[in-house]
Amino acid sequence: MIISRREFLQWASVAAGTAAVSGCATGGASAGRVVVIGAGYGGATAAKYIKLWAPDIDVTVVERGSEFISCPLSNLVLGGNTDIRELTYSYDGLKRRGISIVRDEATAIDAEKREVRLAGGNSLSYDRLIVSPGVEFLYGGIQGLNNADAQNRVLHAWKAGAQTLALRKQLEAMPDGGVFALHIPKAPYRCPPGPYERICQVADYFKRAKPKSKILVLDSNEDLVSKKGLFLAAWNGLYKGMIEYKPNSELLDVDVKTLTAKLQFEDVKADVLNVVPPQKAGLIAEKAGLINANNRWCTVDWRTLESTAVKGVHVLGDATLSGPAMPKSASMANQHAKVCAAAVIALIKGGAVNQDPVMMNTCYSFVDGKNVMHVASVHAYDAKEKTMVPVKGAGGVSDKASEQEGLYAWGWARNIWAEALA
Amino acid sequence: MYSIHAIPAVALALACAAAPAIAQDAGQTRSLAATCTTCHGTDGISVGGVPPSLAGQSRDYLLQQLKDYKSGKRAGTIMPQHAKGYTDEQLERIAGYFAAVKPGTAPSAPRAGN
Repeated sequence: MIISRREFLQWASVAAGTAAVSGCATGGASAGRVVVIGAGYGGATAAKYIKLWAPDIDVTVVERGSEFISCPLSNLVLGGNTDIRELTYSYDGLKRRGISIVRDEATAIDAEKREVRLAGGNSLSYDRLIVSPGVEFLYGGIQGLNNADAQNRVLHAWKAGAQTLALRKQLEAMPDGGVFALHIPKAPYRCPPGPYERICQVADYFKRAKPKSKILVLDSNEDLVSKKGLFLAAWNGLYKGMIEYKPNSELLDVDVKTLTAKLQFEDVKADVLNVVPPQKAGLIAEKAGLINANNRWCTVDWRTLESTAVKGVHVLGDATLSGPAMPKSASMANQHAKVCAAAVIALIKGGAVNQDPVMMNTCYSFVDGKNVMHVASVHAYDAKEKTMVPVKGAGGVSDKASEQEGLYAWGWARNIWAEALA
Repeated sequence: MYSIHAIPAVALALACAAAPAIAQDAGQTRSLAATCTTCHGTDGISVGGVPPSLAGQSRDYLLQQLKDYKSGKRAGTIMPQHAKGYTDEQLERIAGYFAAVKPGTAPSAPRAGN
């Protein structure tokens, strides 16, 4: 038998802990058990990488959905520039790697017993738990949207899938000359450039199909929070005269019957009203007591992604209290997942945890069907500040949107999907 | 699984002495390289080849490109901005890691409902 350098190093790191030697020699025994809640960009990638780097660890993923639908690129569905089937993937690749996928919903976490309870009645025990719950919408402050009927009429389309398709239908049904209004919550929210990209995609569709129509951007923020110059170049160039931007437009209420957004100083009526609500960490994070920042987010130790609230539980992705200038993005969740995977393996096997994690971010935005621009950053762990800080002099945005970056964006998508699911 | 018998006794003795440091170092390098794979594919093998695969390219070539991106000698869209985020030592480790990976074909994420 030939042992690769990597396998030898893995073996050596196990052998370094004396207690593990017998386990190693017997072979086939599980080194430990990891449960992952949520198979989005964070959870799926963490599961894959733990299995890739430590095949002797048992990995079980709990996921409500039957398939993976990518939020990145889903604005293209609204613009008529791609089909949602291009963004929809199965969990079979993870199963082929020997990862168990349990289709169920985690309802509680018992951190003492190290057990996850499922809605279906079963429980799963773990040595380490990874929670990657995404975001929960906060409709509480928007009274008119506080029921399911209203939420089916005034869509968020901020989780890709049925909502994306329903919003596309509303746009298709809207008469030429109508008004599309998009409300953007105060930062931080999932995908900072996403709302502005959505405006571009809807404008691209209107320009083709309904050129007399108008677009209103009701932004709770005082200015565009991402790629401002690049988006304004598109809005004032490609889509000149179609888009009106209203900053400081916090949403007080919605009249669903008349599709009216009630702002502090005016009421804005639309033919299609799209409200992206404020967000917090996904529901299971709250039930498990993982939320410990601003009643919304989960604070983690960035060297391990372990919760600062509950021992043995790691939190990934949008649900975390982001480090300075760290976006809630798919790329970032992917990077969280890999730092966490390495740390979880080290913690289970008694190895050393990397004290200097590095994470990078790449977010592409489509201004039309083909032309794309990016924002990039690199973040390194600062031991003094105990957080990830952006590396000075690194990162930035595109000079301008280009077809070349359009090709890179689809390449990024294919690779980040494979990172999570293949 | 790994067989203890497959490792020569000398290597085993060496491993026992040096294993923790080597393993830690290798783990750190692997994690650094994994920051690139979001775009370039797991282990630097790119599905579809765009952005390019890094696996199996010469270490010197990879390192020179990274350093040229960092210094501004080589133009690019996103790479000059990323390369500036890493120390020269980190770039050396990254180049060394991908040079040592056997090139191949990466599986793509399986489509649902096919």
